[in-house]
Amino acid sequence: MAKVLVVTSGKGGVGKTTSTAALGAALAQMGEKVVVIDFDVGLRNLDLVMGAERRVVFDLINVVQGVAKLQQALIRDKRLENLWLLPASQTRDKDALTDEGIGNVVADLRTKFDWILCDSPAGIERGALLAMRYADEAVIVTNPEVSSVRDSDRIIGMLDSKTLKAERGERVEKYILITRYDSARASRGEMLGIDDILEILATPLLGIIPESQEVLLASNVGSPVTLNNAASAPARAYTDAVRRLMGETVTMTVPVERKSLMNRLLGRRAA
Amino acid sequence: MINLRRLIGGRTASAPVARERLQILLAHERGLRGEPDLLGVLRAEILAVVSRHIVVDPEKVTVKMDRSKHVSTLEVDIEVPEGVQRSFAVAT
Repeated sequence: MAKVLVVTSGKGGVGKTTSTAALGAALAQMGEKVVVIDFDVGLRNLDLVMGAERRVVFDLINVVQGVAKLQQALIRDKRLENLWLLPASQTRDKDALTDEGIGNVVADLRTKFDWILCDSPAGIERGALLAMRYADEAVIVTNPEVSSVRDSDRIIGMLDSKTLKAERGERVEKYILITRYDSARASRGEMLGIDDILEILATPLLGIIPESQEVLLASNVGSPVTLNNAASAPARAYTDAVRRLMGETVTMTVPVERKSLMNRLLGRRAA
Repeated sequence: MINLRRLIGGRTASAPVARERLQILLAHERGLRGEPDLLGVLRAEILAVVSRHIVVDPEKVTVKMDRSKHVSTLEVDIEVPEGVQRSFAVAT
């Protein structure tokens, strides 16, 4: 049965789009049929991070308004044949997205895919609400930093009240994905630790993505970090997170970059 | 000079400060969105009881709650104005 998963955070710049691309690609690499949807109308970036920016013809609003068919708007990834992108509109008015319209698109996608990943815009406005509206599960991307944790708490409150599941008295499964984590700084007491964040947010942990230069390298070339360098620390962390989403029990670790020169050279060349 | 101080004394960890600030703030904000604001209620009621006996500045009353798996603590910090301390000490 298809699962709708929203990647959200409240705060901007914490890694929602990076995480959507990485999780989507990792799921596809494991054989799942995946579509990633960009809900950030006017500020779309998932296409760029996925390296599909020059292939966008139709977008989500076109589909919602009936200008284009779903099949015309879906863009198939060039590297993974079971990974698809539904881009946001860069030019249209975001009010063109309606609750009912999104509901129809999501219902249609449910019949075609195993996973529907919704990349939420920042904020707590209409776009963010629509992105989470039909979710079965939610990944709350959180940086170990006070403003991000506060906004995550706010988003958790909205997931528990504003989603269709919540209104029906059901529960959206929520997970925290900590990004930009620096173990060394946390151990020196300079950064909120994992336990601190989980205790404050009272929500289970999906994974810990270490702060890494690989994330920028991957976005530079338009490739999800799990595809660009699968051996890198963030890629392994995202892959572990995906295995947990699929129900596997995977020991929680913070992957570190492999140190040997040989591995580094090989890793960079593979990119 | 600053570097030397850091080398000798070590830097004070700021993460516990972040954690505490968040816990207080979120307890309050959760109250605003409909969950019962336990700390707010406690603070108001404790303040009312203490005010019957001592004049206290409401600004100088803090109530904190720390919840962990095994132990939860409630910390009430009331700053008592000058002059009241003696009679207060006798009473206890």
